[in-house]
Amino acid sequence: MAIEVRIPTILRQYTGGAKAVEGAGDTLADLLTNLDTAHPGLRARLITAEGGLHRFVNVYVNDEDVRFLGALDAKLDDGDTVTILPAVAGG
Amino acid sequence: MARFESVLEVVGDTPLVGLPRLSPTAAPGAPPVRLWAKLEDRNPTGSVKDRAALWMVRAAERAGRLRPGDTILEPTSGNTGIALAMVAKLRGYRLVCVMPENVSAERTQLLRMYGAEIITSPAAGGSNMAVAQAKQIAAEHPDWVMLFQYGNEANARAHYETTGPELLRDLPTITHFVAGLGTTGTLMGTGRYLREKVPEIEIVAAEPRYGEQVYGLRNIDEGYVPELYDASVLSRRFSVGTRDAVLRTRQLVEVEGLFVGFSTGAVAHAALAVAHEALKAGRRADVAFLVADAGWKYLSTGAYGGTLSDAEEALEGQLWA
Repeated sequence: MAIEVRIPTILRQYTGGAKAVEGAGDTLADLLTNLDTAHPGLRARLITAEGGLHRFVNVYVNDEDVRFLGALDAKLDDGDTVTILPAVAGG
Repeated sequence: MARFESVLEVVGDTPLVGLPRLSPTAAPGAPPVRLWAKLEDRNPTGSVKDRAALWMVRAAERAGRLRPGDTILEPTSGNTGIALAMVAKLRGYRLVCVMPENVSAERTQLLRMYGAEIITSPAAGGSNMAVAQAKQIAAEHPDWVMLFQYGNEANARAHYETTGPELLRDLPTITHFVAGLGTTGTLMGTGRYLREKVPEIEIVAAEPRYGEQVYGLRNIDEGYVPELYDASVLSRRFSVGTRDAVLRTRQLVEVEGLFVGFSTGAVAHAALAVAHEALKAGRRADVAFLVADAGWKYLSTGAYGGTLSDAEEALEGQLWA
């Protein structure tokens, strides 16, 4: 099952400079574990020592914030796009 | 009565207009799904921020934090600064804004016209950097008053006391409220009020997803989440890219004659998504979304004409919301 994962500039050091990579998993947690084998270190930048999503990281599945879809338990399907972005203020 | 003592009295009580052409068409006999737009560009300085600016200044005056002749300092990407500049001028304060350098030319011109002073922060740091820089300047000038829209409860309270009640008065059958997420003040205040009165309501946030340059090398460990933000107020949160925002901005002009800023295009995109979900599920929906400002301040970007790709390119690197 292929899921496209869009990587922000700051994390491309873990993907050999790639803007997007492919991964697999039924949930976001599975996907991040899966990604970490091909791109070691990426997962540790997104997940805190306590096991939750880093406060200043936003992750979206098909443009919707995963924190409202079950966070790390958010369900993923083949063909989904996951976007990772640093938190930015507006106003 | 449409006569007022001063322009400050005209803040709020904005029109809510139906969007019959943009609303999805329900099958015969199916419950209707309707979209509504709350026109915050009808405020005195042309944006929703007049509410927050006036409430924050009044609260500081009441608390004795602001006295005539004082200097107000504020990090802002534009609209809050413009609103504060108008309020400051009428109430007798000096205003210093800290603003990222990659905002539209009109915002800078408007701020200067109202007499505000501008300190620019690096484009690469975006609003996060403007906030950090303003905090530093505030520490160097203890006599200046930073109202700090990102953490000032009066910002959210303006919406709890006005935007929320206006929406419920004009649309008692409201099922969804959709607005942009910046300081989070609009969604927090309006959302809390509507949740109290209509427990089953969905509060939906639309945040802009800028071009890559804007995020640049922004460090994930030094991100910023506004102090006002409380995720429990929201039901869902969408990230809307530049292309979708521009597409919807143009659609609003073409289909409904509404000339809006790009952040409203992003909000309309999220509103249409929830409207179509309701339609598919056969549920009745009255989706109200907030038009934060009109398009005037963004004409110089050139993104209202040409192809979508041209527009996307024109807005690359810009804080368009």
